[in-house]
Amino acid sequence: MNRLSAENVTLAYDQRVIAEQLSVEIPDNSFTVIVGPNACGKSTLLRALSRMLKPSHGRVLLDGQLIQSMPAKKVARTLGLLPQSSIAPDGITVADLVARGRYPHQGILRQWSSEDERVVQESMAQTGVAELADRYVDELSGGQRQRVWIAMALAQQTPLLLLDEPTTYLDIQHQIDVLDLCAELHEEQGRTLVAVLHDLNHAARYATHLIALREGRVVAEGAPKDIVTAGLVEQVFGLRCQVIDDPETGTPLIVPAARKARAAAAAS
Amino acid sequence: MKSNRAIRTPGGLSVRLDVRALTAVVLLVLAALTASVLLIGTGDFPISAGEVLRTLAGQGDAGQEFIVNELRLPRVLVGLLVGASLGLGGALFQAISRNPLGSPDVLGLSQGATAGALTMIVLFSASSEQITLGALTGGLVTGAAIYLLAWKRGVHGYRLVLVGIGVSAVVTAVNGYLLTKSDIIDAAQAVVWMTGSLDGRDWNQVWPLLGLCAVLVPLVLANSRGLRMMEMGDDVSYALGVRVERVRMLLMVSAVLLTASATAAAGPVGFVALTAPQLARRLTRSPGPNLLASLCMGATLLVTADFVSQRVFGAGQLPVGVVTGVLGGAYLLWLLVAERRAGRI
Repeated sequence: MNRLSAENVTLAYDQRVIAEQLSVEIPDNSFTVIVGPNACGKSTLLRALSRMLKPSHGRVLLDGQLIQSMPAKKVARTLGLLPQSSIAPDGITVADLVARGRYPHQGILRQWSSEDERVVQESMAQTGVAELADRYVDELSGGQRQRVWIAMALAQQTPLLLLDEPTTYLDIQHQIDVLDLCAELHEEQGRTLVAVLHDLNHAARYATHLIALREGRVVAEGAPKDIVTAGLVEQVFGLRCQVIDDPETGTPLIVPAARKARAAAAAS
Repeated sequence: MKSNRAIRTPGGLSVRLDVRALTAVVLLVLAALTASVLLIGTGDFPISAGEVLRTLAGQGDAGQEFIVNELRLPRVLVGLLVGASLGLGGALFQAISRNPLGSPDVLGLSQGATAGALTMIVLFSASSEQITLGALTGGLVTGAAIYLLAWKRGVHGYRLVLVGIGVSAVVTAVNGYLLTKSDIIDAAQAVVWMTGSLDGRDWNQVWPLLGLCAVLVPLVLANSRGLRMMEMGDDVSYALGVRVERVRMLLMVSAVLLTASATAAAGPVGFVALTAPQLARRLTRSPGPNLLASLCMGATLLVTADFVSQRVFGAGQLPVGVVTGVLGGAYLLWLLVAERRAGRI
């Protein structure tokens, strides 16, 4: 029995149904990556898994319990989420922002324990932002800022961490930076990570478990090496391609077919 | 910057104090009390600060006791409570809408309360108690209308401000209509009410306001940590375990109640709710809603403005709303110019 799963969920915003009868298991201690074309419901699935969106049918279970009916702070101590949109308050320092990740561990009479202080220091050290501690978040670069937000999510100290497109808006070096950090958190600390990623090659390289979605349905799931084929990519993304071994890591590498080849295939 | 201190007990309790913010609050309380004592001493029968303190301690002569305890003290207390309510209500609205313009004056709450009061004055030539009740009802109804109109799977900041501006325009038009329908005596009374004034306020206004503040202020402050998380967006605060909708609903209802009852007691005193949180924030230099500092700032601002209006123009000559309007408006312009220089607007 895995800690986090969705059972036959129907996900909808108002009347617009994104996914029906969707079932997903997040394997414990995996680095699970959800991929799929735009509007396939991958971010929506992540929102449902993190109880931001209540399924209209079906249920999301965390440790065998219905996630919606668990106490909010208890969920927040088990499952962390780095959403796509977050606002850094005006004039907040890096250390103060990271410290806010301790909220679910605090209360009116337990506002700032030495444990809080230690965890915040550790989280900043792990994400390489310790030397920025006294800087204002608004003056940081995009890559640094993303690291600060990840540090905040780490300070929450949750065994499960969900990340919604953590590499968006970053240049290639910082994308790899953030993914390396995720791999580190997964391998060295044994956290279960679930991320939505746009770049299929990044997903294939870093994920231990891949979930491919199309139109709200799971098309394939498993280790990238086992499931990523040219056929799957065409089925999920509608793109003709070759899949070769990544010369660096041996994981699948997707090389889109040349424009002329695709045009010829479309004509025949 | 490093002004946070943690105090821990062996039992595992810990409290985090922002020393600068705490200092600001203490100074503001002292300023408010000083202004209050001076204000009590001001009027047709001036009383020195020392005499005021002695009378308050119960050692003044009968004449002074009457003037201080029956005439001027309740007026000052109403001023302090109204200012505190407006400062806190403004800080709540600005934090919930994540917008410094999201204050009750801009959102149309004050106008709603005015509409309630005008309806009583113009249509029913009502007594002052009925006017107060009308203003309270008007404010609450407007608050509910704004919340319902802005609610679309949760209230979002910009939506709230825009809906509020729309509601404000409609209610202002209604107020204009009511004024044109009124006869000259009612109109004069209405205009004085609409400027916001502390003249003639007595213990009957103090008790309800005090009771409301005694309930709402602790309730609001107990939820301030959740509100602080909500600054980072709904998603982040959800992820951190804040029950966003519940906290927002509770704080909005509190803010509407605070603003409506303050307006019912003193009329729509302009700009305190807008400026107090901004000034408080600049004093504490701390991120977050700065609720306690805004509350103290509101009280200080209002009592100081009343003191200025009485000292400069004489007792009962100039309603306090005129002074807060002029000071607040000037401050807002200065803020815009200064922020523009800093390149933020």
